[in-house]
Amino acid sequence: MAIKKFITGNFYDEAVLFPAVKKVRRAGYKVQDVYTPFPIHGLDKELGMKDTDLHIAGFIYGITGTTTAISFIGWALARDWQINFGGKPFFSLPAWIPIMFELTVLFSAVGMVLTFCWLCQLAPFVKKDHFNPRSTDDTFVMAIECTDKTNEEEAVAFLKNAGAQDVQVQSRETGWWFGRYDRETVRFGRKVPAV
Amino acid sequence: MSTSTTEKFIPAKRYNTIAFALMVIGVIAAISLFVTTGGEGNHDNRARFWASLLQNSVYFLLVVNAAMFFMCATTLAWGGWQIGFTRVTEAIASCVPVIGVIALVILLALCFGDHHTIYHWTDAEHVAHDPVLEHKSGFLSKGFFATVTILTVVLWSFLGWKMRQLSLKTDEGDIVSTLEKRKKFVWNNTVMAALYIVVFALTVMSSVPWLWVMSIDAHWYSTMFSWYNFASTFVAGLSLIALYVVFLKNNGYLPMVNKEHLHDLGKFIFAFSIFWTYLWFAQFMLIWYANIPEETVYFKPRAEGIYSAIFWMMLIINFVAPLLIFMSKDSKRNYTVVTVVSVLVLFGHWLDYFQMVFPAVSPDKVPMILFDMGIGLGFVGIIMFVTGKTLSRHSLTARNHPFVKEAVIHHT
Repeated sequence: MAIKKFITGNFYDEAVLFPAVKKVRRAGYKVQDVYTPFPIHGLDKELGMKDTDLHIAGFIYGITGTTTAISFIGWALARDWQINFGGKPFFSLPAWIPIMFELTVLFSAVGMVLTFCWLCQLAPFVKKDHFNPRSTDDTFVMAIECTDKTNEEEAVAFLKNAGAQDVQVQSRETGWWFGRYDRETVRFGRKVPAV
Repeated sequence: MSTSTTEKFIPAKRYNTIAFALMVIGVIAAISLFVTTGGEGNHDNRARFWASLLQNSVYFLLVVNAAMFFMCATTLAWGGWQIGFTRVTEAIASCVPVIGVIALVILLALCFGDHHTIYHWTDAEHVAHDPVLEHKSGFLSKGFFATVTILTVVLWSFLGWKMRQLSLKTDEGDIVSTLEKRKKFVWNNTVMAALYIVVFALTVMSSVPWLWVMSIDAHWYSTMFSWYNFASTFVAGLSLIALYVVFLKNNGYLPMVNKEHLHDLGKFIFAFSIFWTYLWFAQFMLIWYANIPEETVYFKPRAEGIYSAIFWMMLIINFVAPLLIFMSKDSKRNYTVVTVVSVLVLFGHWLDYFQMVFPAVSPDKVPMILFDMGIGLGFVGIIMFVTGKTLSRHSLTARNHPFVKEAVIHHT
């Protein structure tokens, strides 16, 4: 996997962060992401991120669940092993609706959690690090991706100028499990603190 | 197009013309229905006329009252976003006294008049031979019915008027000029809303639909019925609010309201459509499963009898349509789609009331629904007229409300 360079900076205030995002994007820098300890309203729009398709996946999982429930119960109770429940018809839809509903919810919930993990590249066996551990605590960490044309010193100065503190240049391995590392790995000549 | 926050709604000439035309249609429909169902000793036919008035007045009264509930529930939840269009909600709620009086006259006429074919339990002679009704006579008695009905309409109107006055006072700015005063205002507002919610719980959520609608099938009962009615009219009331918000936005009013607010109204409509279906199903399935004749008697003519087309169509309009159309985010933020769904939902729940009232009144044939629609349009005309009048009286924006900032920066 290729190794990419990133310039990261901490922000302490939304009021500083939002204009900074605007400035950095307008200057043509490529923002990898802004890592925040909690969701910030409107930040996704400011970053120009595309809306997630997670809900479409959820809808598909949901109707899969409905179909699974009705086809299995229908097959089992109306075709394969007909049982007379209090004189009700074998195909008695109202009685199955709770189960159809439950399977819809189950399929969409479990499916969406798994899809979410896949989209965020999260899994129990994958250790991931942060550009700056403080993005889990109290600061917003912006990471700018360096391309061939990026002048590092200039970018660092620009980010500092935009109000960022603790500006660093870091390297990360790209690829499917972006930011993955093993606890024991010593990369780029220094030990990365586990978070 | 103006964006001033002190602006009042000025109804276009066409707006009032349409409102009056609808009222005229309503009156014509009512008169022609009265004439055609007349005739000597024709009891059932007369009942058909009164049932139509009952269905429409109760439905539209509960719908405009749902706006009041929306206002109080969001106030109690410390919501801020609804302040952007709170004057719209208040204006719709101000129809409660008007339609309330109409409904009151109709209900009391049904209760004390000679129309036993709708409320069997008002016939003392009949009740004497009917052990079931005799057993229920504490609840289904003229005195109790009249007391609850009058109290209901009076309390709704009074508390609605109080809430409106509180909100209007903020326009002068004096009662919200300091932090202490703002706190006091929010407290007063909360207390009034809480009082209303208590009244609402004792009326729409429990006694009133039992008395007004369920007692048409006096032998049958369902403890869910009132909740079911609440869900039905609440989602219709939300649709009415959404319609007015879209209408005013299209005419350049309500500068504080944007797609975020509409999105949340859409979410409400979406969620409560599903809630309605949940209650509908909970009521239906238990009766279907237990299959006890005294309970299934209610669903027999509706789900399988001559009313089945209306019954299933209403389920599609009220559940499947909002579910599928309103599922995506973009549709809830689109003015046209919101308008279409709101009209559908309002009509669908009107159909719901139609199939609640008529199978007991006219069990042998489905009455000509166009007359009822005509009377319904008359009520729509009244709502349009009163709402337009109230909107035009004061500023459309509660600009000094303590929570106004929340409404402005609202983000879904």
